[in-house]
Amino acid sequence: MKEKLEQIKAEAIRQIEASDALEKLNEVRVNFLGKKGELTAVLKGMKDVAPEDRPRVGQLVNETREEIEKVLEESVKKMEKAVREAKMKKEVIDVTLPARKNNVGHRHPNTIALEEVERIFIGMGYEVVEGPEVEKDYYNFEALNIPADHPAKDEQDTFYIEGDILLRTQTSSTQVHEMEKGKLPIRMIAPGRVFRSDEVDATHSPSFHQIEGLVIDKNITFADLKGTLAEFARELFGEDTKVKFRPHHFPFTEPSAEMDVTCFKCGGTGCRFCKGEGWIEILGCGMVHPHVLEMSGIDPEQYTGFAFGVGLERIALLKYEIDDMRLLYENDIRFLKQF
Amino acid sequence: MNTALSWIKAYVPDLNCTDQEYMDAMTLSGTKVEGYSRPDKNLEKIVVGQIEKIEKHPDADKLIVCQVNIGSEVIQIVTGAPNVKEGDKVPVVLDGGKVAGGHDGGPLPEEGIVIKAGKLRGVASNGMMCSIEELGSDRNMYPEAPEMGIYIFGDDVEVGSDAIEALGLHDTVFEYEITSNRVDCYSVIGIAREAAATFRKPFYPPVVRVSENQENVADYISVDVQDQELCPRYCARVCTNIKIGPSPKWMQRRLAASGIRPINNLVDITNYVMEEYGQPMHAYNLDTIAGHKIIVRRAKDGDVFRTLDGQERKLDADVLMICDAEKEVGIAGIMGGENSMITDDVTTVLFEAATFNGANIRKSARRIGLRTDASGKFEKGLDPCNAEEAINRACQLIVELGCGEVVGGIVDVHARMKEKVVLPFEPDSYNKLLGTNVSKEEMLDIFKMIEIEYDPEKNTLTMPTFRQDLLRQCDIAEEVARFYGYDRIPTTLPNGEATTGKLPFKLRIEQKARDIAEYCGFSQGMCYSFESPKVFDKLLLDAEDPARKAITIANPLGEDFSIMRTLSLNGMLTSLATNYNRRNKDVRLYELGNIYIPKDLPLKELPDERMQFTLGMYGDCDFFVMKGVVEEFLESIGMRKKIVYDPKAGKNFLHPGRQANIIYEGTVLGYLGEVHPGVCDNYDIKTRTYIAVLDMPTVVPFATFDRKYEGIAKYPAVTRDISMVVPEDIMVGQIEAVIEQRGGKILEDYQLFDIYEGDQIKEGFKSVAYSITFRASDKTLEEADVSGAMRKILNGLEGMGIELRS
Repeated sequence: MKEKLEQIKAEAIRQIEASDALEKLNEVRVNFLGKKGELTAVLKGMKDVAPEDRPRVGQLVNETREEIEKVLEESVKKMEKAVREAKMKKEVIDVTLPARKNNVGHRHPNTIALEEVERIFIGMGYEVVEGPEVEKDYYNFEALNIPADHPAKDEQDTFYIEGDILLRTQTSSTQVHEMEKGKLPIRMIAPGRVFRSDEVDATHSPSFHQIEGLVIDKNITFADLKGTLAEFARELFGEDTKVKFRPHHFPFTEPSAEMDVTCFKCGGTGCRFCKGEGWIEILGCGMVHPHVLEMSGIDPEQYTGFAFGVGLERIALLKYEIDDMRLLYENDIRFLKQF
Repeated sequence: MNTALSWIKAYVPDLNCTDQEYMDAMTLSGTKVEGYSRPDKNLEKIVVGQIEKIEKHPDADKLIVCQVNIGSEVIQIVTGAPNVKEGDKVPVVLDGGKVAGGHDGGPLPEEGIVIKAGKLRGVASNGMMCSIEELGSDRNMYPEAPEMGIYIFGDDVEVGSDAIEALGLHDTVFEYEITSNRVDCYSVIGIAREAAATFRKPFYPPVVRVSENQENVADYISVDVQDQELCPRYCARVCTNIKIGPSPKWMQRRLAASGIRPINNLVDITNYVMEEYGQPMHAYNLDTIAGHKIIVRRAKDGDVFRTLDGQERKLDADVLMICDAEKEVGIAGIMGGENSMITDDVTTVLFEAATFNGANIRKSARRIGLRTDASGKFEKGLDPCNAEEAINRACQLIVELGCGEVVGGIVDVHARMKEKVVLPFEPDSYNKLLGTNVSKEEMLDIFKMIEIEYDPEKNTLTMPTFRQDLLRQCDIAEEVARFYGYDRIPTTLPNGEATTGKLPFKLRIEQKARDIAEYCGFSQGMCYSFESPKVFDKLLLDAEDPARKAITIANPLGEDFSIMRTLSLNGMLTSLATNYNRRNKDVRLYELGNIYIPKDLPLKELPDERMQFTLGMYGDCDFFVMKGVVEEFLESIGMRKKIVYDPKAGKNFLHPGRQANIIYEGTVLGYLGEVHPGVCDNYDIKTRTYIAVLDMPTVVPFATFDRKYEGIAKYPAVTRDISMVVPEDIMVGQIEAVIEQRGGKILEDYQLFDIYEGDQIKEGFKSVAYSITFRASDKTLEEADVSGAMRKILNGLEGMGIELRS
């Protein structure tokens, strides 16, 4: 019996070793271990074995089976590996062939710049708000300390519709709407489209975008204005950016200032980009004029605030070095794809 | 405003800084310097020489050989200039020196022109005599220079001295940008005062004293101001025995640097005082003033007046006129009349220094279409207190320049002068607003320099009348900040109640729209809000289409920008057309922008501004690609219910068989479709073009960012396929509606997997096949459940004339 099993085992291993394909190994498995296989046949012959010998023989059969299985398994693994490797060898591709892309579209440079600005101010606790583009004279001018005879109201600059309705010339109008809500403190930015009667050329457009900022609270100072906008400039233009505040005049702020940043091309040493000055004018700002606060029902004795206005196109043109404003409204895909 | 530094220094003699330092410091204290130029740029080694001898050139008819004394020696110079003679003093550039330009007065080369000794037709020439053009200037600025040839000095210059000095070209001309609130700084004195305060140097304004004759001005002229609101002050003085001639060189140089051409002593004096004091003056020939009477009154509608430039000007009742007893002699604050013009034979002059209502001048100048240096100043609203000083200064110069004599007295008509603004001195409140700690003493020092008077007893500050911008404490705080230095104010961040930074829901949805559009290959465009009323015809809209009711701009930049858009389509199609014409392939664009829907016309209240999400494309795409983008977007903003497409969208600008309204829970969100070929033609797009428009105010209320996990099905699904022959005019949407209605609770999903029209299908029919999936959430489905549902569906389909194939 033992010899027979040894024989079967030897024959099985011989056949396994002679196999050159997975199917053949499977045949071996069936022939020796399957239901009609030789080992099974031996087990079936157990009835002829003396009952006291049966456990020993059974164990022998099982051992043989395990041994065959082990060898078989190893061979299968080896063979599978060889087959996979052979397959992969045939599957070599040219990885330098062109990529198959989804051709994702591109955001408008204005929007990229706007989202940057929004991110910075939202991080500082500002809410983004919107106001109407077609606006009443009161919100665009009067409530901002620009009375009826102010030169800024000249037809030269403002598009009028009917009566006291016009196209807003500045997002500052949103300041007034926000203050009238009567909810203090205020920390807001208001991006949006504004309109001025300028002919289209490389640096002008009758419609462009501004981002207005307004902070109103107790004890807000000009120093806070400086600190906030310096932080903004560093976030937007880089950690090394320096700012310079120059006195200026706006009817709705006092004191007023314009802010320059160090040229982000030359870092302030002066180059063609900044016309040798090392500085680039970026925005106008100031402390909210007390009369503006009064008109919107805020007590200037208790509250102070600052406001600023940034030209979105100006930032986009500077940041992305776009040399002609008209490109922003032509929507040529070759332009848009560069952002 | 351009002004020579030498003129500023006349009033701030201690000023001592480089040009760049001056520019930076003035800009930082609020008088913005835009830039500066040096008139002596590229002028090197140029001295005054005197021609001692002139001989003919031996070999050239048009050249002469000059022996020129340059002080240290006599040098030989060959020239072709026709105008020199022995004894003339001329500018001479020596060997190795530089001039600014060529003799023809063309554009100046950046590096100038180097002059070297050499030979001209064989004769040595060791320098060059210069024309005014070679010195970088012209006859406008140096009217005494000859039209052709070498500049010739007067006798008073010293041989061998610096010729550029003698010409007054060693100077710097600064260009200032003055803000509209600082009327006082539209003058040399105003800027000089700021410069003195900026550099903390003493300020010496001109001392005005007039030597008058024994006569009385009242015997010469009377003034009647009939509209004091438009003319708050009118000062008049008379000068007699006028002798017209050139003004002195120093005055010409200062005017020239300011960009004003010297004319003659009288005109130059009025211009000089206008620059110096910021007060425009006018000089009339008194002999032309009828009745020796000046009347200031409004014109009459329809009047016509000839100004001194010879032009006829149409007037109206809002234009203020200067008149004599019989006629108009000038448009107040804008331009004098031809009839009272100063001519060279004038003997008696009437000087006018008045102030007018700024807004009225501005509007009149615009209506008449004539803006002058004078009106530009008046429209800013001048200080009435300045007029008297200015007219006296002019009279002083008349005497000093030997131009005539001044009749005693002044006619001065004015309303009650405004009182000076007085404010309590509150140093703490200035520091509180600025976030600074400036001492009271430093503040008072600053006030002194800018002529704000401090009364220690009352602790008040009195504003000078020329500072019409100082009205409230915040204005004082700005003065403190300007001269303390904006750069010295600390930088802090606001403290106080914390606020939450946020993007409102509507803007978050728009952000999502951008994301999805871009994932789907669309790039963002931006279009104008205004367009031409012609676009409605271009889009084939019916005559009564409500979209034609657009808001009209009263003062547009031409017809193409004259209405506020009521549809976003024109912008999109124009952009696609631009791309198409530039041969850009496969273009996909989207835009997020408002349309403007009036509630009534003419506009009485603000219109409805509706944000439109517009998508447009041509190239490798079709209707269903666009439909996919719409569904991707709606799903991304939580709109996961069935979207219905109604082919009866009724859009003239879309292909009649390829358009649909997009409907969600019974509400039309927008539309999509293929652009009508006729519209494509109108835009010159010669390929199929697709668009979709979603009205965001309609979409946003359905949107949500809430998500809920609904579990993953535990029990198996059962799928059944059905294949149908369907009458051609039945849309799959109708079939799907039946499947949904009749599938019952266990209906999970259905997918169209085949649609076919052609050979094997009979005429007028199409083959459609669906795969329908059923699943229950609480058990494994049994055959009976599924077949029951299927039977209901099939019955419904058969009722529509659909035949089942299997």
